[in-house]
Amino acid sequence: MRYAMAIDTRKCVGCSDCVVACQTENNVPVGFCRDWVVEVVDGTYPNVSIELRSERCNHCNNSPCVRCCPTGASHFEDGGIVVVNYNKCIGCGACIESCPYEARYSHPDGYVDKCTFCIHRVRQGLDPACVSVCPTKCMYFGDMDDPNSGIVNVLKNRKFKSLAPEAGTKPQIFYLV
Amino acid sequence: MREELFVSGRNIPNIDPYLNIWHWQIPSYLFLGGLAAGILFFAGVFTIMGKENKMKTTVKVAPMLVPFALILGLFLLFLDLKHKLYFWQLYTTIRLESPMGWGAWVLMIMTPISIIWSASYIKELFPAWDWKFGFLNTYETWVIKNRILIAWPMTIYAVILGIYTGILLSAFNSRPLWNTSILGPLFLVSGMSTGAAVIILLSKDHKERKIMGRIDILLILIELFFITHLFMGFMAGSEAQINAANLFLGGSFTAPFFAFVVILGLIFPAVLEILELRGYKIPKIFPAVLILIGGLIFRFLIVEAGQITRYLY
Repeated sequence: MRYAMAIDTRKCVGCSDCVVACQTENNVPVGFCRDWVVEVVDGTYPNVSIELRSERCNHCNNSPCVRCCPTGASHFEDGGIVVVNYNKCIGCGACIESCPYEARYSHPDGYVDKCTFCIHRVRQGLDPACVSVCPTKCMYFGDMDDPNSGIVNVLKNRKFKSLAPEAGTKPQIFYLV
Repeated sequence: MREELFVSGRNIPNIDPYLNIWHWQIPSYLFLGGLAAGILFFAGVFTIMGKENKMKTTVKVAPMLVPFALILGLFLLFLDLKHKLYFWQLYTTIRLESPMGWGAWVLMIMTPISIIWSASYIKELFPAWDWKFGFLNTYETWVIKNRILIAWPMTIYAVILGIYTGILLSAFNSRPLWNTSILGPLFLVSGMSTGAAVIILLSKDHKERKIMGRIDILLILIELFFITHLFMGFMAGSEAQINAANLFLGGSFTAPFFAFVVILGLIFPAVLEILELRGYKIPKIFPAVLILIGGLIFRFLIVEAGQITRYLY
């Protein structure tokens, strides 16, 4: 089992509903966020192109954050989901430094917090909050090892990229382009 | 032209717009760790060479400072933690993959060794000292007899501790400025140089100062070579690395780096030490203090600048 997410940059309208859904679902403190939307504009008018990316923790296969954690608080759960155990985290900040995606932050309570792929929902067979609220249905969440899952099909038929693959992290969020 | 912005809004404290999660505590600790490693390395080496009495400050006096430096360093690391009450979790796990994890263990070994070492010399330096408990005297006699046995692991661990202060940073592949294998040796050499500076500062023996001065000049030359090497490597690297190097070669860190680290912290004290060896009278405090300040600023700049550098996507 290997959970992953594919996000269609051509369908995304940048409404930030995924961000609000995450903040609500996971009780993210005000001023913080586990996911965010980036708008990249290339070119000069009238020849401009735009890319909208809803970004979050990439739940990497080769996670620098899990590797550098001195206490084992950052760890892999079933399906490769990277989760922080708050009772083990000492708040040293090493994982925040190690993440090329700046997906982690220091929670006001001291521990380090980040996207969990809404593991509490996934365990019940539900989609993560961001995926379930997306009004354009531009996000696909599923098991990469299941040949019939929606994400495997969409990645089979579309071109996609991941962020900073040269970092060697083997990120598991794929952007359809 | 390319423009990027957060349309959902994102301004997380200490992360946006630039990562700044490690503040003054980490570079200060790296400085103290390197300094302690330098002093213990020289103390160990000269003991193994059988020169305890010729190099009195190196072997006996300067190591007295090390337990204080290490404990203060550990305290600074503790201050840096944001989930402080859980700090003991560090010592419930052994994670060799995590530089911070094995660094914590190296410190756990190094601090007691340094305490035992300096305690074994305390009676020699303060003849009126009394251990109060009989068993401590028994231990002391054993340690004094077997100093060589302690000197070996102490020297080796000193090198590990010194290199570790660099590897702690170089293991982060997400920070292009840090992610270079030269950083470990560079921090080790710089730490040894600051250790030598402390010894020169404390030593009252002209001959000992001369020996440490010579060693220090060599260390500074190696350090300058490593720094050149560091930037050569970056300039031949990827764009992320070129951007990292440019922070120091024209960017916002250029002036403090070249003024306080390269010139005032390395070249100028080296010239002063060479002049001193040539027979000119130069107060020992000048080169030593400049090296110490340079070493401290060097670590502040590398930690601060490294957090700004990142992958481009």
